[in-house]
Amino acid sequence: MPKLPVISEWPVARQLVSGDGSGLGASAMSERTRELAPRTASADRVVRSICPYCAVGCGQLVYVKDERIIDVEGDPDSPMSQGCLCPKGAATFQLVTGSHREQHVLYRRPGGTAWERIPLERAMDMVAERVKRSRDETFEERIEDPGAKHHGARVRRTLGVAHLGGATLDNEENYLLKKLYTALGIVQVENQARI
Amino acid sequence: MAECHPVAFRWVMEAKNRGATVIHVDPRFTRTSAVADLHVPIRPGSDIAFLGGLVRHVIENERWFKEYVLHYTNASTLVDERFQDTEDLEGLFSGFDSRSNTYDPETWSYQGVQGVVPAAGHKQLVAEKGAGKVPLHGANILERRTDPTLQHPRCVFQILKRHFSRYTPAVVAETCGIPEPLFLEVAETLCRNSGRERTGAFCYAVGWTQHSVGVQYIRTASILQLLLGNIGRPGGGIMALRGHASIQGSTDIPTLFDLLPGYLPMPHSLLPDRGLERYVANNRSPSGWWSEMPKYVVSLLKAWFGDAATRENDWGFDLLPRLSGNHSHMTTVSEMADGKVKGYLVVGENPTVGSMHGSLHRKGLRKLDWLVVRDFALTETAEFWRTAPEIARGEVRTEEIPTEVFFFPAAAHTEKDGSFTNTQRCLQWHHRAIEPAGDCRSDLWFTYHLGKRLKRLYAESPGPNAEAIRALTWDYPTKGKDEDPDAEAVLREVNGFTVADGRPVAGFKELADDGSTACGCWIYSGCYKDGVNQPARRRPQGEQHWVAPEWGWSWPANRRILYNRASADPEGRPWSERKRYVWWDAEKGAWSGYDVPDFIADRPPSYRPPPDAEGIATLAGDDPFIMQADGKGWLFAPSGLLDGPLPTHYEPEESVLENPLYPQQCNPARMEWHRPDNPYHRAFGDPRFPYVVTTYRLTEHHTAGGMSRWLSWLSELQPEMFCEVSPELAAEKGLVNGRWATVTTARGEIECRVLVTERMKPLRVKGRTLHTIGLPYHWSYVGRVRGDPANELIPFVADPNVSIQESKALTANIRAGRHSLGRRSATDGLELRQPEPPRAPPRRDLPGVRTAHRHPPTEPRK
Repeated sequence: MPKLPVISEWPVARQLVSGDGSGLGASAMSERTRELAPRTASADRVVRSICPYCAVGCGQLVYVKDERIIDVEGDPDSPMSQGCLCPKGAATFQLVTGSHREQHVLYRRPGGTAWERIPLERAMDMVAERVKRSRDETFEERIEDPGAKHHGARVRRTLGVAHLGGATLDNEENYLLKKLYTALGIVQVENQARI
Repeated sequence: MAECHPVAFRWVMEAKNRGATVIHVDPRFTRTSAVADLHVPIRPGSDIAFLGGLVRHVIENERWFKEYVLHYTNASTLVDERFQDTEDLEGLFSGFDSRSNTYDPETWSYQGVQGVVPAAGHKQLVAEKGAGKVPLHGANILERRTDPTLQHPRCVFQILKRHFSRYTPAVVAETCGIPEPLFLEVAETLCRNSGRERTGAFCYAVGWTQHSVGVQYIRTASILQLLLGNIGRPGGGIMALRGHASIQGSTDIPTLFDLLPGYLPMPHSLLPDRGLERYVANNRSPSGWWSEMPKYVVSLLKAWFGDAATRENDWGFDLLPRLSGNHSHMTTVSEMADGKVKGYLVVGENPTVGSMHGSLHRKGLRKLDWLVVRDFALTETAEFWRTAPEIARGEVRTEEIPTEVFFFPAAAHTEKDGSFTNTQRCLQWHHRAIEPAGDCRSDLWFTYHLGKRLKRLYAESPGPNAEAIRALTWDYPTKGKDEDPDAEAVLREVNGFTVADGRPVAGFKELADDGSTACGCWIYSGCYKDGVNQPARRRPQGEQHWVAPEWGWSWPANRRILYNRASADPEGRPWSERKRYVWWDAEKGAWSGYDVPDFIADRPPSYRPPPDAEGIATLAGDDPFIMQADGKGWLFAPSGLLDGPLPTHYEPEESVLENPLYPQQCNPARMEWHRPDNPYHRAFGDPRFPYVVTTYRLTEHHTAGGMSRWLSWLSELQPEMFCEVSPELAAEKGLVNGRWATVTTARGEIECRVLVTERMKPLRVKGRTLHTIGLPYHWSYVGRVRGDPANELIPFVADPNVSIQESKALTANIRAGRHSLGRRSATDGLELRQPEPPRAPPRRDLPGVRTAHRHPPTEPRK
């Protein structure tokens, strides 16, 4: 059986005691209302971030509790966005925590009709082995095509391996990609900036 | 802008609240139009005619900013006597080779100068004539002839005036469908808001770039803004509103085929075996800031090859691969469909939806040996082997697709450290908040560990040119159980350091060409100054002045407005108190201002280079455009562009109209892919495809949908693919709001819901009514909300300068109902092209008088 409130907690009593006769002021608040706080207030830490959608670069505050993201809000300190986020930016919380995110490496074998799970390390080994094989098989030291404009010219490259993607990545990631591919002789490296 | 960059549009509204006039030029009426002072509906693909009309208005009515134009642009420079304009050659410039459909820009040069090197070198692949022949071509830039009275018939100003003289308000009306009074109101508003006291700005997005003549759209705006004195000044400029968080960064540090970091050109196969000297001779400018280029090249090679880069081996330059033509996205996919590409890595991109002609993309993917996709969820690109119209139709069987597919789940930005470069060139750091779950890893992790494995493989077994991968510096410290590479260590390498002690350099001025410095991207040099992660700076905007220089870090050198020397007059004084930004401080003997001055810090406005000056010393005290060989803003581009020194109105590849301005119909240098699976419509007046189509984005979705179609919050807001049509077109074709329609091109057909709206305005052009169909392009076959992808309709065709697709203006047909069978030209859509139009005139490109023997453009030679 719930505890009965003591008389001094009765609304009428509270209104009279606090001088809030109309009952529209603080006396209208219940204990529960008084204790309400945004869930961000309970965060263990706030991490500064940047919106991952368009290129305006709005500031974001990522609220973390128990090593889980509990909210993503606009950063009022940002001179770009002054705390605002658009519908997409405001959906960042769902983007990063949503159930749509795959968490396993998947593999579709030649002619296969379904995905299979394979371990990450094995997949990395397989990709590295394929990059090397395809590169070495298609590597051109010189252009060997008597009809070509630059026949005989040194090129040291492969046109057998290509890459696409970069505009959603960090600068540091693009840097390593371009560096690695160029050293491998992979020249067909492109991203959304072309599209 | 309100639709696609809503938070940036707050600043437009802020300006409007302070009295600015907002003009919105767009084929459809959007949320931007709703709050703009003026909405100007325009026929898709006609913007050069519109902007050219404005240029003419400014010149003819003497509304240009005289002092600015005379001192800061190349208006007074005389152009080669052999140059001929589109006025003389019926829509072509001199130097056109009708066999290769390319221009030789030799006749576009300045008088008295042997070739002018464009800013950032000849990165447009074609080694311009003369490049490298003379060791320092353009060395005599100071000897160029000028006419400060601007009266000489060969001076840039007079050429410009003649070139745009035919872009009259009447021509604008019949080309763009903009009535004369509306056009004149725009022109006058623009003129009224430019000058000493006021500035005007242009904002654009892919509505200007995705055309077969897209680069020249931006060029026209640049000419206009230079004439009005709106470049390098607060409240001025031309703002590219880019659509991805780091799309600017991925251009600066390019995952692009034709560039090395910092806009250095990729080496080309025309170089001799030992190539560095020739590479530098071809691409370095002997005058202006680009004379410093060797320092940036050598420092990049030092960063990549470390101790293996020595003076004796030209710093390892010959280890780099070389280009032999265009290896851009569409060329690659075209070759993929021909079986020439074996492996493909797709990282955070969904080309079967986001790129044009999705079915040709899928055909390419089916020919691969292996495909790697890294994303949050299984996108259409990852699922191409089982979810696609050609599979549903039984034209392709999953079991017969030999491609191996690897899907790697990606870490989100909240799960990794790193920097994004925003659309204003500002680098901002995002910090890791939590560890990624399961197998999710950052792309930094993937690239680093792939590189580790490859280095190991090449250490153990031989391979061609294995020396390059063996010599590559790849030692980044790692953290945590996942061995995540330290992103700050990568940023430090990007910033640059002195080789002897590893001290981060303070900026690109400290870089050298003797191997004593290493730097991964010279324009980003300074982002790790003093060992401090500058992009991570977050001093609140309320605690600093309005330029907010201590929030993030902008390249180059933390400058927030490029070419800001032009915000002061030739004597170094602000043009007006209202527009005060950067100025010459005579007492200190240095440039000063709110921003980091974009000029040589202690060069007084009165400085004039001696006749024997070289390099940076050639820049006079009133040459604000320091990256240009002559320090001037280029109204006329003597080099650097592949389709002409001045913008010219050409119709899109597929148009409803014959070019009203010239006999030449389309951009003569455009790239086409002539292959059976990529059919084109007739150049104009194709009876099968009588309507204009334009594509666009919606506020609630993000590009190809990989970051929005899987989110219920956003999907509820925009749940379904639709087309926007005017009530007039709806009546003509029996389209009913909310019901279905089928949109068809020779490449494919899609179905979508009909949205009948007055937002799409029929335009009156030459007594005809032109209808435009608007298509958002976010949806496709997987995800939480699905629909047919608009880009299945679009052909492979590209701007010659930057190889960008033309998806903002093409032709199509529409009919009521769900007739779409999902036919695709890349598999079994032959009937889509029926009835095949007769080959007889009108031809694709009208031959004109002097160009009677022109060949139709063909696919670039591989």
